Amino acid sequence: MAVETKEVKWKRLPLSSNYAIAYAVKDVDVDVVSAYPITPQTTVVEKISEFIANGELDAEMIHVESEHSALSAAVGASATGARAFTATASQGLELMHEILHIASGLRMPVVMSVATRALSAPISIWNDYSDLMNARDASWVTLIAGSAQEAYDSIIQAYRIAESPEVMLPVIVAYDGYIMSHTYEPVLVPEDNTVVREFAPKNFNRFRLDVDRPMTFGTIADPKWYYEFKYQQVVAMRNAYKKVKEVDEEYREVFGRGYGVIETCCLEDADIVLLTYGGIYGTFKEAIEKLRENGKKVGVARLRLWRPFPAEDIVKTLGGAKLVVVADRAISYGARISGPVALEVMSTFYGDPDAPMIMSVIVGIGQRTVTENTVAEIVDYSFRVLERGKAPRETLYWGVRGVSYE
Amino acid sequence: MAEEKLPAWNELPPGAVILEPGSSEKRYTGDWRIFRPVLNQDKCIRCLLCWVYCPDDAFYFEDEPYVTSKGRKYKFSLKINYDHCKGCGICVEECPVNAIDFVEEVK
Amino acid sequence: MSSAQVKKKPKYFKTLPQIPRTELFAPGHGLCAGCTAGTIVRHLLKAAGPNTILVEATGCVEVSTTLYPYTSWRIPWLHLAFENASAAASGVEAAIKVLKRKGYIDPDKPINIVVLGGDGGTYDIGFQSLSGMLERGHKVMYVLYDNEAYMNTGIQRSGSTPKYAWTTTTPAGKVWPGNLRNKKPIAEIVAAHRIPYVATANPAYPLDMLNKFKRGLEVEGPSFIHVIQPCPTGWRFDPRYGIKIARLATETGMWINWELDHDEFDVTVPVKRRKPVREYLKMQGRFKHLTEEQIQEIQRMVDEEVARINKLVGREVIGPVEE
Repeated sequence: MAVETKEVKWKRLPLSSNYAIAYAVKDVDVDVVSAYPITPQTTVVEKISEFIANGELDAEMIHVESEHSALSAAVGASATGARAFTATASQGLELMHEILHIASGLRMPVVMSVATRALSAPISIWNDYSDLMNARDASWVTLIAGSAQEAYDSIIQAYRIAESPEVMLPVIVAYDGYIMSHTYEPVLVPEDNTVVREFAPKNFNRFRLDVDRPMTFGTIADPKWYYEFKYQQVVAMRNAYKKVKEVDEEYREVFGRGYGVIETCCLEDADIVLLTYGGIYGTFKEAIEKLRENGKKVGVARLRLWRPFPAEDIVKTLGGAKLVVVADRAISYGARISGPVALEVMSTFYGDPDAPMIMSVIVGIGQRTVTENTVAEIVDYSFRVLERGKAPRETLYWGVRGVSYE
Repeated sequence: MAEEKLPAWNELPPGAVILEPGSSEKRYTGDWRIFRPVLNQDKCIRCLLCWVYCPDDAFYFEDEPYVTSKGRKYKFSLKINYDHCKGCGICVEECPVNAIDFVEEVK
Repeated sequence: MSSAQVKKKPKYFKTLPQIPRTELFAPGHGLCAGCTAGTIVRHLLKAAGPNTILVEATGCVEVSTTLYPYTSWRIPWLHLAFENASAAASGVEAAIKVLKRKGYIDPDKPINIVVLGGDGGTYDIGFQSLSGMLERGHKVMYVLYDNEAYMNTGIQRSGSTPKYAWTTTTPAGKVWPGNLRNKKPIAEIVAAHRIPYVATANPAYPLDMLNKFKRGLEVEGPSFIHVIQPCPTGWRFDPRYGIKIARLATETGMWINWELDHDEFDVTVPVKRRKPVREYLKMQGRFKHLTEEQIQEIQRMVDEEVARINKLVGREVIGPVEE
């Protein structure tokens, strides 16, 4: 069934987030795909392989022998001027780690999807965000999608962001492994992808390996030079904050869908606001809506942009609450506050006399089930914290057997 | 000594890319030398081995006729680029007619 | 003079004056005085020409040629890391293919893609990505400059270090006789990937080396050229002897210049009368602790290898030792 939004004709397909990403890769005319199988990412590249095999996408697929090579080949392709894509998860992202920094340091606009998954050991093929959070300081613009539709839209936006001259940084589009990667949702995909290709035209006019204009990429910078190149990345990240918002607004104008950098629900006069990210937001939202119906002054927000961290929007969105509860799905071991996003929110509000209390909660580690009931229990606890007027100074590990909080 | 004025962050190409091909030519490695190869044009048989084996591209062609004292005519001569010659002595060692002397560098 | 001669009529370069004068590898690089890698790279770029993209693994040549803001490269050049030059080159090659197909770059312009790696980046840390690139059949020529240890980090042992050689991590002492293991036969391991062209080369025989570079770039699919690269710093010799030692390696049979062109195996630099290995070993400080027994053991190993190669070729291309 074709739906009409402005002049774009849509088809509605039942897609997992993995498949939605593959469709976006096809529609945005990626030139080179290099990837290595890893659960739960694999169906992304399986679907892309089908598109290439049947002629729907004209791209080179490099069946690399590791994730380290997957990203290396993508960077090589990007350095040659091609639009490059790779996808991974968990241990694969860890194996790529060295090249994460090289891709951003060389300012290569590679786009990568990450179906987030817990890290070994012990092995867990299930979801959490330990893999993504380890990549925090690698200078990749990082979006975390909350639905298959958003995963599709974000990949297209990602190339616009990555290839814009004022950014020129690689972009990760992350989403929940399994919870989203293997769950089917209705997704609108344009019947004719010309509109996508017009929205995200390729930037071929950039520094690249060109025999007619030889350049040297990957040089050595001694202490006299290195710092300035790293500062360039700091500025590029600042520019990316603006660019992410601009591109999203433009996308909304053309395609009728936009997400901003933080999605919110029920924030009006909320005393407590929960902040989370990824697909788990759906569960949180439903729980909060029910609590609202019961008169609880509680709201919920979803962080869509992780790097650059949208500090201004965080203050604007959460600054009115009395207590902000950050529900992380990754642990920074040994830190008193060990939720990565919680730490970031705290540092954002640091020194602000009007800052809300901030509480850090860990949930969903290794895909430990989070139900609406879990959310309601956290909210219950949060109201007790609010009454006491003092947030716990340590992260709460919600739902670990043998640990309970009064 | 006056401090070197280096470009600010926004005056540099992104990613430490070097845009000028072969810019290392501006670096003079000639001051590495302890010994200096000196090519005797009269003894030289223009076999090219010194130019071929040189690791530093420190030989260049001068395309002018040359007549040796014994009357042999050559269309070109090889010259040593002392800006870049590091004084390794490979040319001295490889010259089949001992036409290259290796003399101590006078600073 | 040497008894080793280039047997075949070279296909591309028959005489030294035919070698292009154009230098695509600029001087002013920071390679040690007398580093034969400089000689090898100059000729590699002369054979490949300006329409070449070079991807380099971390190593001596990488660090000494690209210290910002100076580059010795007059062709497009890329370095990512130590272990992934082959993967990066696979990406470059794939990109060139698709960009030609889609009309972003001239489809009629042939562009060579070359990887340059040292022994650490090839035998050891880069071996996996090399194997992947070969197996996938990318049209890339991989050139290995082999100085038989991690010279860039200060002469540590690699999978290429020959038996009994001193390195900073295989010092010769009361217990250790220097390096304990034999050099890994990398070119033969590469050949097992059944790629179109594998060759070994030696900068002391520049025409043979240049012709192998040319052939490697010409074949359809991956090629691999393994070049011996004497290192004055790590092998402990006077910098002037780099080419002499390279030549002695071939004259003693320590290093055999062969090629495997599709199914055809041949030794391209036959040696009528071999010199004893002692002549090669005694020139280098890294072997100065060797006992007579150890020298004889190396001689026996070389004798066996020569016999094996002669059998492969089907005639005596490498002759007996003549004191």
